[in-house]
Amino acid sequence: MDGIHDLGGMAGFGGISVESDEPVFHDKWEGQAFALNIIAIGIMQKYNPDEYRHALERMAPVDYLNASYYERVLTGVASLLIEKGVIDKHALTSRVEGCYPLARPNATVHDDGKTTQSAALFSVGDKVRVRNIHSAGHTRMPGYVRGHKGEVIHVAPYFSFPDAAAHELPFRKEPTYHVMFTASQLWNGDEANNDSVVVDLWESYLEEAS
Amino acid sequence: MTQTQASPAKRTKALVDTLEDLGLLPDGTIDQLIHDYEEEINWRNGAKVVARAWTDLAYRERLFSDGTAACAEMGFEGVQGEYIVALECLPDIHHVVVCTQCSCTAWPVLGLPPNWYKSPEYRARVVRNSRQVLHEMGLDLAKEVNIRVWDTTAETRYIVIPLQPANTIGWKEAALVEVVSREAMFGIAQIVVPER
Repeated sequence: MDGIHDLGGMAGFGGISVESDEPVFHDKWEGQAFALNIIAIGIMQKYNPDEYRHALERMAPVDYLNASYYERVLTGVASLLIEKGVIDKHALTSRVEGCYPLARPNATVHDDGKTTQSAALFSVGDKVRVRNIHSAGHTRMPGYVRGHKGEVIHVAPYFSFPDAAAHELPFRKEPTYHVMFTASQLWNGDEANNDSVVVDLWESYLEEAS
Repeated sequence: MTQTQASPAKRTKALVDTLEDLGLLPDGTIDQLIHDYEEEINWRNGAKVVARAWTDLAYRERLFSDGTAACAEMGFEGVQGEYIVALECLPDIHHVVVCTQCSCTAWPVLGLPPNWYKSPEYRARVVRNSRQVLHEMGLDLAKEVNIRVWDTTAETRYIVIPLQPANTIGWKEAALVEVVSREAMFGIAQIVVPER
């Protein structure tokens, strides 16, 4: 989805502060929220990492930007455990005074019918273009490369296709490709012409380019 | 009027209590996971990989041909490390890592990422104005240096192998581990060792 999480290239953001000797968790609840997600995915097996990522993407944009990283994690875990029927929404939210933000509902996403193919479509050196896809659901194709041409510089292993896995659609694997884009072409601005951006893209996001 | 949000600490406690009442939380698992990611699975593992890559030529070659296996060989593998690619900084190529979509990181070697990496500011800006962002973060690169930004959008997880400072050539691996910084393995810094 063209959501708030798809931040690459968005203008208006200010400086980045680096905390020296930053601890892994700043507060006990951060570690607990992180651990709950690992438990829900790995031990309870109630949802998968793609569903988790998409739950964060489904947060209301204002909530998303206002929340710290581990608040987003917490919202994702709570939302999915309710959606999957593991816990009751009222049983959770009635325990706190004040609002308990949750992710917005999933969009309906249809199966594209593709299955795992044995051969990779592209190889190193191939010129590819990122397809003009605007998924209503989860995708790992960042908007800033949509429609742009790049070059395959590495063929990475096959991995589960996230656009399907996040929506309980039939499992399939696809090759992922490291595709290099020239920064000055991506942004059409005054970026140095020796800067590049490499994006790791599933095969279904790509088409042949001349 | 919109109701004020409960604090994240209270919301977390509510979720833990709800799951505990249902008997769904295995005893001690939360504390064990927190301990593992605070003490074991952190960026100091990556520092060991970098120091070895600087001192052991055969290992360096293995690291750049199969990063996953080379990290596993040192005991660093697992969740978010299924396919690790080590990026070799050269005098004319500098690598920097981001995850614009969330905050994906090679946990086995870099640990859970710091706040700056997860910030909307970094995620939005570094793919568009890398040179300026690096400058603001204290890293000035000569204009001849090519900057390559790697967006962790699929399942590859990256570790940047920074240039070894010339004044540390000949140092033992154990001493080099101590000079490697977390920031350098994400690519927002280089390793600088003051002359003694």
